[in-house]
Amino acid sequence: MKKILLLSLIIAFYGCSTEPIVNTEIEFVNTGVDPNGWVIVPAGIFNYGMHNKVVEINYDFEIMQTHVTNQQFAEYLNAALAKGSIFLENGNVMGAHPGDPFDGYLHEWKIPAGNYLHFPYSKPGGQIKLIENKFVVDKGFENHPVVMVTWFGAKAYADFKGYRLPLEKEWAKAARGTDTRAYPWGDHISANITNYGSSKNALQKLLGGNIARTAPVGYYNGNKYGDYQTEDNRSPCGAYDMGGNVWQWVGDDYPDVHYRYLRGGSFTNYEYDLFVWGRNSAGPDYYDFNIGFRCARDFVKPIPTETITLE
Amino acid sequence: MNRFNYLFTSTKGLILTAIALVSIVTAVFNTLSGPMVEWGIRDLTVKWLGMDMNPAERAGRIIMLYHTIAMAVVAIEVYMMTSIIPMRKHEQKNINMLVTVGYITAMVFGLGFAYWGHNFTFHGLFLVGQSLVFFAGIMLAFALNPWKKEYYVTDKAFAHFKSGMDMERMAFFVMTVAMLISAGFGAVTGSFWANGHETFLAEDLIRNPDKTGLQKAIIGHLHIMLTLIAVSITLIVGRWLEFKGLFHKIAMPLMIIGTLIISGGVWSVVWTHLAHTFIYIGSVGVMLSALMLVIFSWKKLIHDNSIALGYTNPTLFQKLKALLSDPLKFGPTWQMVFMNFTVSGIGIFMAVKLEQIFRVWPAREERITLTGHWHILAAIIATIILMYYADIVGMKGKTRKWFGWIMIIGSDVAFASMTIFSMKTLFVPESVAQQGLMNTTMILADFGLGSLLVMMAIFLGWKLFDLFKGEGTWTKEAKNSELELERTSNPVLNIRRDNEFNSEGGVK
Repeated sequence: MKKILLLSLIIAFYGCSTEPIVNTEIEFVNTGVDPNGWVIVPAGIFNYGMHNKVVEINYDFEIMQTHVTNQQFAEYLNAALAKGSIFLENGNVMGAHPGDPFDGYLHEWKIPAGNYLHFPYSKPGGQIKLIENKFVVDKGFENHPVVMVTWFGAKAYADFKGYRLPLEKEWAKAARGTDTRAYPWGDHISANITNYGSSKNALQKLLGGNIARTAPVGYYNGNKYGDYQTEDNRSPCGAYDMGGNVWQWVGDDYPDVHYRYLRGGSFTNYEYDLFVWGRNSAGPDYYDFNIGFRCARDFVKPIPTETITLE
Repeated sequence: MNRFNYLFTSTKGLILTAIALVSIVTAVFNTLSGPMVEWGIRDLTVKWLGMDMNPAERAGRIIMLYHTIAMAVVAIEVYMMTSIIPMRKHEQKNINMLVTVGYITAMVFGLGFAYWGHNFTFHGLFLVGQSLVFFAGIMLAFALNPWKKEYYVTDKAFAHFKSGMDMERMAFFVMTVAMLISAGFGAVTGSFWANGHETFLAEDLIRNPDKTGLQKAIIGHLHIMLTLIAVSITLIVGRWLEFKGLFHKIAMPLMIIGTLIISGGVWSVVWTHLAHTFIYIGSVGVMLSALMLVIFSWKKLIHDNSIALGYTNPTLFQKLKALLSDPLKFGPTWQMVFMNFTVSGIGIFMAVKLEQIFRVWPAREERITLTGHWHILAAIIATIILMYYADIVGMKGKTRKWFGWIMIIGSDVAFASMTIFSMKTLFVPESVAQQGLMNTTMILADFGLGSLLVMMAIFLGWKLFDLFKGEGTWTKEAKNSELELERTSNPVLNIRRDNEFNSEGGVK
């Protein structure tokens, strides 16, 4: 009995290291998927939530094909910093927010107008660093989803670009299409179809580092990487990674709560957090190494060009 | 036939049957979640048993699974109560029969409905099973009637009213009636299923500001049912450990009043936020009552075991040795103390620091802490039941010590680890640095639970092997099937041996 106790203590002592495990350099993996791509989500009814409530979105809209990447976010930070719409303070990217309506509900926090945290670039967990007043992405992480972004930061990015964060219902329609599937790609899940709690071993081997966390956006597209055959995880409208990799902020600010909501699950989660009705929430100033976002925008039908025939 | 009678009619056999069934259900369904998924075990189980695992029905499956396990645990407590609380033999037999048919029906058809397609006949039989358990509860409440004069205390060392009415019996009665009403909160809401009420897991609604009355009723239901199961096992353990005297007289009024207030508080959750104040006040009563039991039992263990160990004037170290010399009798009350660190303490801490800490974390992290602490409470109750059962079957010597200590250390290491795991952000604020802590706590939890499961497998394997023997220990348990202990009253009608009754059920 004493030996067992001693052994347990040794294991506990050895295993309890709390040093951040940060991969600063990995091999770049080209997935062939363009992070600048958008997909159209057509207007119409769809089944919303676990109980398949029929809901209508009566307009077409577009959503990003992938999460916003580190490269895209770093370029935005540099541009926004130059323009003065964000500023740096104590290792953080900060920016102004006009404030939220306050309903005085139990547990609701006041979010008054002021400057709020967008991106804590000096904290471990992200792959963007400030070097000589320029935001630079760690090598190999250019096409990984940006993480450690607060809701304020995600919204500021979308505003800066002329986009918006998708509403929950928009996100759900983009993830599920018009049927009753459980995951964006169908009803099954495996380590080869998305980056979630159970796929870490395969990713660690391929992407290097002690702990592989995020995967490049669009990584699961049916390509073979070495011996690792992925399955295509596109949702019915063609968006990649709507389940897994990193959580995605959505835009809604509901009455009676200060929380903002997150969808899609992440590399730290079990499969049930990846269901299309799975939902997480946190304050708008919350950030973590498994939280990112993607944007939406209104769909404008291209005007057909008239053909003029000269006689 | 003798074996059938032992397993399905004797108190000791009925408890064994229920423990074995819960163990089988736990062993099989345990393979469907957690790391078992990563290791591919879940796929094997699903394929091998032909389960239907529609992701959209996960919440419903989980609800039915823990109802079936809870029914069996309630049945075990009922068997213990009908044996240790004075009542008529025919009352005991009828209650035990109903609760047995009820929980097995609920278990078989509930799991059948949830995991093997949705045959609504199965769903109906699941409800029939639960209804039978409910009817058994009504019969139990009648049998426990504390106002019957023949059940007034015969020994003034037991807590009693001026009239002589047995306070412990009253505590059992109040708990039983409260449980019946609380079951009603679940049943009424369940009847609205697919008729305005939708399946949900309580932990998924924690941050919803607009919960419906039916949702609040279910959240109250699940909390109070577990609380009352804990109250029940505390009272049962008290009888097993011969709780009496001054501490008993302090504990029983506190338990009665605490149970009433906490139950009323939880029921009122449907209508008012003030409910939490009542719940806190009621909890203080129930927990102080349990504290009286802990003090009493530890004093008694030190006293009795010091004599057994030959210490005439024991030193502090000898007292400690005496206290720890019988892990099976020390274990249950120790688990009640330990529970404060992993359940009550966590609950109070969460309530006090909700805004500053837990509502800052993402909902999924808060959910882990919530589900963690009530799973641990359920598991602690299970360990207490198992320790009592090990005592009931007469476990002695080194086997008794190994069983007891593995049960205590294994479970406590696992529960402490899971508590730390669930609150990891408190100790290591940055998720990126939590991997080491997570690995360690998971290993320790697996080690703790694994040791328990191996021990339970050996124990149940031995009981199964014993059943094949013509003159196994089961024959002795069948002959002497009631739980031997001092009862609070000794009415003429309360004669336990079959041979002391005539065929009409009256006294010879």
